[in-house]
Amino acid sequence: MTQTQSTRRSVRILRRIVASEYLVLFLCLAWFAVLAPVAPGFATPRNLTNILAALLPLLVVATGQTMVLITGGIDLSVTSIIALASVAGSALVTGAGGLLDASPLAVPAGILTMLAVGAGVGLLNGTCVAILRMPPFMVTLATMMFFSGLAIWSTQSRSIHDLPPGLLLAGGNVWISAAVALTVALAAHLVLRRTLLGRWIHAAGQNPKAALVSGVPLQRTLILSYLICGLAAGVAALLITGRLETGSPVHGRSQLLDIIGAVVIGGTSLYGGRGAVAWTAGGVLFLTLIDNSLNLLSLSHFAIMMVKGAVILFAAFLDTLRSRLTTGT
Amino acid sequence: MTAFAIELQDIDKRFFGVPVLRKISLSIFCGETLGLAGENGAGKSTLMNILGGNLQPDSGRLLLAGQPYRPRNPQHAAKAGIAFIHQELNLFSNLSVAENVFLTDFPTRAGIVDRRVLRRRTRELLDQAGLDLPPDTPVHRLSSGQRQLVEIAKALSLDPKVILFDEPTTSLTQREKEHLFSLIARLRSRGITLIYISHVLADLSRICDRVAVLRDGQVAGIGPMADFSHDRLITLMAGRSLDLQFPPPISAPAPEAVLEVDGLSRRGRISGIRFQLHRGEILGIAGLMGSGRTELARLLFGLDRLCAGSIRLERQPIQHLSPRQRIARGMAFLTEDRREEGLCLDGSIGENISLVAAASHTRRPLGWLRLDSLRQAVAMIRDRVRLTPTARDSQPVRTLSGGNQQKVVLAKWLLVHPRVLLLDEPARGIDVGAKHEIYNLIRQLAAGGAGILIISSEIEELTGLCDRILVLASGRLHDEIPKTAFDPERILRSAMAGAAAAAAPPNSALP
Repeated sequence: MTQTQSTRRSVRILRRIVASEYLVLFLCLAWFAVLAPVAPGFATPRNLTNILAALLPLLVVATGQTMVLITGGIDLSVTSIIALASVAGSALVTGAGGLLDASPLAVPAGILTMLAVGAGVGLLNGTCVAILRMPPFMVTLATMMFFSGLAIWSTQSRSIHDLPPGLLLAGGNVWISAAVALTVALAAHLVLRRTLLGRWIHAAGQNPKAALVSGVPLQRTLILSYLICGLAAGVAALLITGRLETGSPVHGRSQLLDIIGAVVIGGTSLYGGRGAVAWTAGGVLFLTLIDNSLNLLSLSHFAIMMVKGAVILFAAFLDTLRSRLTTGT
Repeated sequence: MTAFAIELQDIDKRFFGVPVLRKISLSIFCGETLGLAGENGAGKSTLMNILGGNLQPDSGRLLLAGQPYRPRNPQHAAKAGIAFIHQELNLFSNLSVAENVFLTDFPTRAGIVDRRVLRRRTRELLDQAGLDLPPDTPVHRLSSGQRQLVEIAKALSLDPKVILFDEPTTSLTQREKEHLFSLIARLRSRGITLIYISHVLADLSRICDRVAVLRDGQVAGIGPMADFSHDRLITLMAGRSLDLQFPPPISAPAPEAVLEVDGLSRRGRISGIRFQLHRGEILGIAGLMGSGRTELARLLFGLDRLCAGSIRLERQPIQHLSPRQRIARGMAFLTEDRREEGLCLDGSIGENISLVAAASHTRRPLGWLRLDSLRQAVAMIRDRVRLTPTARDSQPVRTLSGGNQQKVVLAKWLLVHPRVLLLDEPARGIDVGAKHEIYNLIRQLAAGGAGILIISSEIEELTGLCDRILVLASGRLHDEIPKTAFDPERILRSAMAGAAAAAAPPNSALP
């Protein structure tokens, strides 16, 4: 009797964890608990700072991606935005022949260029999706190819060095990076939860037809969400450029699936209408933990990819289970 | 051996708790042509969908040639010899005639489609259907009448014993209709049993042996066609049904117009609509399915573009404004399909109710929501529409019953104090109690000075609530009936006569 009762209780607790909207944080804890004793140097303060530094740019891009996914769209071009913004901002101010080399305006101009590139590509994506009604997947796949091609072609695939210290400050210091990233995440969180635009973004993803009938300006909403997503990628470019002290057309290149994977593992729906920045932060933490710990176990890059793939599949399975639990079907 | 092709015994069917068929029993003789008549929503299509395997009855028994028959899906029904020609045609316009006809059952040789056999058999079937076309013609080049015949050819490919027609003539020209009728005569002479749904009573008299009239999901009358005059049919169709109580008017409409519509047209849908809606008036729009009722509301709200005409709201022209701007001027639109266009089902009750009003509860310039005042407004309006108090604001709308969902949509609009309300089927698919509460709310809104336009398939709902009723047929205003002359039979007759008149001259057929 008591045994069945206790199993019933543990089943209930398990159900509650799986149904929780912070499921991914439980997964992070579990992963940490399992690997901390095994992976050498995993739980040291130094490694934890490393994890934080690696996580911050990803958090910023994934935050923007969250907004677009909630509208029911997707933005595949974010990694090309990171590359293009990084080389455009760097080329402008580099000591090796930049237009604004040694100018007092170099740092703000470099930063603004990165943000403007992000906003510009975002605006282009948003316009194609909202006004020309093209499918987001196609639009951003095409802009991804075009702009990452542009970044590589315009630099002859060379990195840009000799950047002014001011430009590297935000990405170079982990605490300033943390402040920037948390500001972006908090701002996005507030936009989604506390503003009219946030309501519109959710409604557009939940039911665009009903949103239109209810007076939601769908086109403006979609354009703004792609623009914000592009802008966030611009900020990420600043952080990555600063951290690696170079402008490079291959920044962010292999991160696309990490970005989208992190958002979706967090619990934001690929079909739109449901998502939160806090969930995304959990997803980003989870993927970064996996990456870092497997590196410490000195697994090869490809082995890490296999493990990540398997873990993402498992998380997606839990997500399906959860939506079945919460909607009761 | 039984003489009945199909027997229905005590068939019950509910949608979301609302009864659509109530203990229907009906027997259809082998080889006869049975007409089915009834108002919109009387249950005709539901009955056909049960026979065709698209729906399963909640209880009751079906017999096919004396054997128990429980179709689980349309394929199953087709295998049992029942073919269903739908109201809206189900052909793939990107495929050829032959591919459509044999879509589910391509003739193959060693797993590869045998084009020669496909063409030959399609040509035979097209011959039977009286359609002279190469089997490779792409369907998108065909007229609606030709498509109808392809549907029939497709049905014939399964060698059916029973064919169900659901309003097959709605999109046909007169010539195509004649062609269809001669084909039906040939099918009859082959001993195939036919069930034919139509609103055009003259067609029923012409081709049917017997007729059954449905009303409120029950058989109101059945017998040889010759025994049923058109008057008798209409009386049976319209006869007093549900004893719904309608709340009495609280106040009379004011003389000044709040909405003035003139020459409103949209190609192929609506033409030359002109009317005025007064302050405090409840104006009904009656019409058969496809008469342009919903199209009219969409045009008024700015969801579709109009080709010609003017709309004035409190004297100001609004025909060039977007729905969003019309909402700001005081317009509201409760759509026919609340799941499709009325609600974000996965959104919470609070989010849904405040979706429209949120724009006016913000601090500029960032659009920061004043959540407290919004929450209060939601609580107040929830009370007013009497939304079930057990549901929390944060609960998804999906979890509510149909009646409560409809109250959420209504609450959403009431929160912005509209001066013109367009209500498309406001009481569809909800229980009697919720219906009554919604009727009360409509009365209160009218008393508060709003102009209300109600579109409804339930004529009783219109006569019970409205101050005036406009009858729409084939996209035109066919009749205007003042309250003193309300009579369900007259409204129905007018709607049907209008539809028949528009169908008669072949040249006036819609492009």
